[in-house]
Amino acid sequence: MSTSDGYILLILTGLPFVAALLLMLTPSRERTAIIAITGLSSFVMFALSVYVFQRYDWRSTEQFQGVLAWDWLQNVGFLGEHGIQIKVGIDGIAASMVLLTGIIVMAGTWVSWKVQQRTKDFFILLYIVVGGVYGTFVSLDLFFFFLMYETAVLPMYMLIAIWGSTRKEYGAMKLMMMLVAASILIFTGIFAIFTEANIGSFDLTRLYTAHYSREMQIIFFPMIALGCGTLGGMFPFHSWSPDGHASAPTAVSMVHAGVLMKVGAFAIIRLGIQILPEGAQFWGPALITVGITAALYGAISALRQTDLKLMSGFSSVSHMGYVFMGLGTMNVIGMTGSVLQMFAHGVMTALFFLLIGAMYDQSHNRDIPNFSGLAHRMPMWAIFFVIGSLASLGLPGLSGFVAELHIFVGAFRAYPIVGGLAVLTAAITATYLLRMMSQMFFGEFNTRWDMLRDVTWAERAGATVLVLSILAMGLWPSPWVERISTTLAQTIPGVSL
Amino acid sequence: MNLDYSLLVPEFLLALAGMVILLADAFRSELKSERQLLPWLTVFGAALYGATGAAAGSMISEFAGIFAVDAFTAFFRVLFAVTLIVVVIGSHEYVSKNIRHQGEFYTMLLFATVGASFMAGARELLTAYVGIELLSFSLYVAVSLAKSDPRSGEAGLKYVLLGGLASAILLYGLSLIYGAAGSTSYVEIAKNLEHVEGLRMPLVLGLVMVIAGLGFKASAVPFHMWTPDAYEGAPLPVTAILSATSKAAAFALILRLFSGPFLPVIGEWRTTIAVLSVATMVVGNLIALQQHNLKRLLAYSSIAQVGYMLMAVVTMSDVSASALLLHMGGYLVTNLAVFMGVIAFYNHSGTEEISGLHGLAETNPFLAMVLAAGLLSLSGMPLLAGFTTKFMLFQAAASGGYLWLVTLAVIMSTVSLYYYLKVIRQMYVVLPDGSQLPIATEPSVRLERWSMSPSSLLVTSVLLAGIVVVGLYVAPLAVAADNAAKALFRA
Repeated sequence: MSTSDGYILLILTGLPFVAALLLMLTPSRERTAIIAITGLSSFVMFALSVYVFQRYDWRSTEQFQGVLAWDWLQNVGFLGEHGIQIKVGIDGIAASMVLLTGIIVMAGTWVSWKVQQRTKDFFILLYIVVGGVYGTFVSLDLFFFFLMYETAVLPMYMLIAIWGSTRKEYGAMKLMMMLVAASILIFTGIFAIFTEANIGSFDLTRLYTAHYSREMQIIFFPMIALGCGTLGGMFPFHSWSPDGHASAPTAVSMVHAGVLMKVGAFAIIRLGIQILPEGAQFWGPALITVGITAALYGAISALRQTDLKLMSGFSSVSHMGYVFMGLGTMNVIGMTGSVLQMFAHGVMTALFFLLIGAMYDQSHNRDIPNFSGLAHRMPMWAIFFVIGSLASLGLPGLSGFVAELHIFVGAFRAYPIVGGLAVLTAAITATYLLRMMSQMFFGEFNTRWDMLRDVTWAERAGATVLVLSILAMGLWPSPWVERISTTLAQTIPGVSL
Repeated sequence: MNLDYSLLVPEFLLALAGMVILLADAFRSELKSERQLLPWLTVFGAALYGATGAAAGSMISEFAGIFAVDAFTAFFRVLFAVTLIVVVIGSHEYVSKNIRHQGEFYTMLLFATVGASFMAGARELLTAYVGIELLSFSLYVAVSLAKSDPRSGEAGLKYVLLGGLASAILLYGLSLIYGAAGSTSYVEIAKNLEHVEGLRMPLVLGLVMVIAGLGFKASAVPFHMWTPDAYEGAPLPVTAILSATSKAAAFALILRLFSGPFLPVIGEWRTTIAVLSVATMVVGNLIALQQHNLKRLLAYSSIAQVGYMLMAVVTMSDVSASALLLHMGGYLVTNLAVFMGVIAFYNHSGTEEISGLHGLAETNPFLAMVLAAGLLSLSGMPLLAGFTTKFMLFQAAASGGYLWLVTLAVIMSTVSLYYYLKVIRQMYVVLPDGSQLPIATEPSVRLERWSMSPSSLLVTSVLLAGIVVVGLYVAPLAVAADNAAKALFRA
């Protein structure tokens, strides 16, 4: 990846904001214009994301590629030379996350065109989230990293409180306050890192090479991990996630569970593990414990849910538990699995929420026991759903298998007992998903749902993109594995193979 | 002794404008002049003041050892000028409807700014005190100028009684410090306080009284009691001035005093200020949670902001002064945007209740956006001024070794987000008819859209742009603040 590709990263970050600005200037009556702007910009984002992923050269010795920097503020107050820069660049992890964002945003945009009220405002806020997400993934400056991180979280309140369903205001406020409260820990961590590094600069690549005392790392790593982990749905601070997702509108659930929760896990790697590796080593076992607890707890809770969206909310908690477990192993294979899982789970959970939304918008009911035989009425819908579920329970050939395999191997290497528990979790996952499918899709069709129609073309297109990504990663995982594992092996001091 | 009166030209221009307005208003019938002339005269005077003040920004000089003209003074002169111009233009419609004596009103605002300017530039205790009194007296009058609102007179009385008490305490404190240091000049005090072993008792007593007096002016807890009442009763533009000019001037004086004359005895006051800072941010934010009136909400939120700003005084250094000045700039722009938005809203609706805002996103989307951006910026949300300047302020305090204080401040910022979101919820989530957006049906009532007066529109657009610009391109303001802070420590 050449330096000039850095401009692509800048464009990727800027494009959603530009689209949001354009939408602001568009009269809200002009639906065609709104659809044109969002359709075009989301497609360009998708295309550029694929390009960026493809261009990232994992064989290169430089882990951060496409690096471009401009000074934003320097030699003022506590800031020294290059104090705060607009600096972009990606490593293999960020490249995978950029690709994930591109896929989900395009699919999410397509299915959101059916939002009837204040469509324009909806897309403005959604695209601010998207811009924040891209910005977080490509920033190599701590200040802008955090600025973008917060930007991605902020509009969630309004998106859920205005366009959500069921207990939307409760869900929105709970989500917002928990996430912002978590930011307190990140704020404190960032201030401590900057003070301890004492280089007068927020440049991440320079912060990676600065010296931090072991005590400081041990104190502040858990702050970063908890703060960012809350956004990633880390147990026991996950409780915003099922409520928030259950009340959020479709595309918001997709972007939130699909991408934003991954921003949380990504931030643990960027701020926690890459800056404070000794702290991460020290707290690795705790991270594994939290991860496996979340995986089991989420799966068991999902077993008990009757609301379809709550079930996928808890399923998300469970799958994100794998991510934290993999990060805690502190070996390359387990951590690679984590990032793979971030990608795989992002795509499949977006698919779930897309399909649930497609059904809920017609039936206004998500209670699993109320449905049966839906496959007769909505065959395409059922097929997509089955593929997503099979990926989620880790069927070989689909993306979930690749990710979970890596995590399990990593976990067995670190702590065999945890590996065993993880496999058990996978069995529980299979139980609730298969039970849900047999209840909802097969058997006698319940005529109460006669008005249900199969997925629309827009939803079909979105779901197809997502299913293709699941298949691609399941059948040919090496592009992901190569990029992620080399980055992890080279940027984290003291990581074992 | 340097008796070059040209150094004081900006203040002279302001005072002159005030007197011209007073006369023009008194002889209005003889001159056949329009009332419309008064605000323009005020803006003109303030613009001249700001321009001449900015032009003196590169000077390092002082008038007779009592008034410094340097980058620090220039920074505040520009801030005060901008505040005055914005408030006068933005409240033009409000004033013509709701203010009793318009000539006096504009004059008082101008005189208040002169007082503020002297607080920022003073290099000597008595000059600073006269500045404080000029500012306070002008505002005592301005607070009680609302037509037909009984709360206005009540607020004025409360403000003048408590303000008088605070002034007395401050003055007594200053006299004790004079007794300990043997001079009223900042430079002399700084020199003499290096070795005051024998006079520790009067010095500490004096410091405590000065902190109490200044704490009152800046509305720090526990000296904040007047703030919500005065804010609520005062006419809206005066509330804006109270929360902007008056607060900035108090901090200008605090910075001058605690970075210079009192710096040698930092051990004596650091803990006191830290306690004040904690109390202010905690009490301000927690009480703000329960407010239903917009002005009272903003009063408590401005108290909370004082708590954050005091952190930079605790870790007093050129680094934290620079961050404080930067935050002050960002805070002023944000706060003015909110107040100008509230004024525009009040002109249309006549209510100051938070619940009165419901459905504003449908009836006046632009105003709703301005208010939302302003409130989110106050709570420190990204892409807006508040995030950037607060981040710098907090990092400066953390670099100064007060990470625990910063953590508390971040926690309190999170609390503040809750009550700002309550306001935003009224505007965006609730529809004009009081219902909420259901997923599948059309809203039953669509209220007519309304638009602001051109002057409000102009001011709010400029301030909204200012919030975003400070948030995303902070360098010019940060450099100006840094120069001002360096000048502060050079002096």
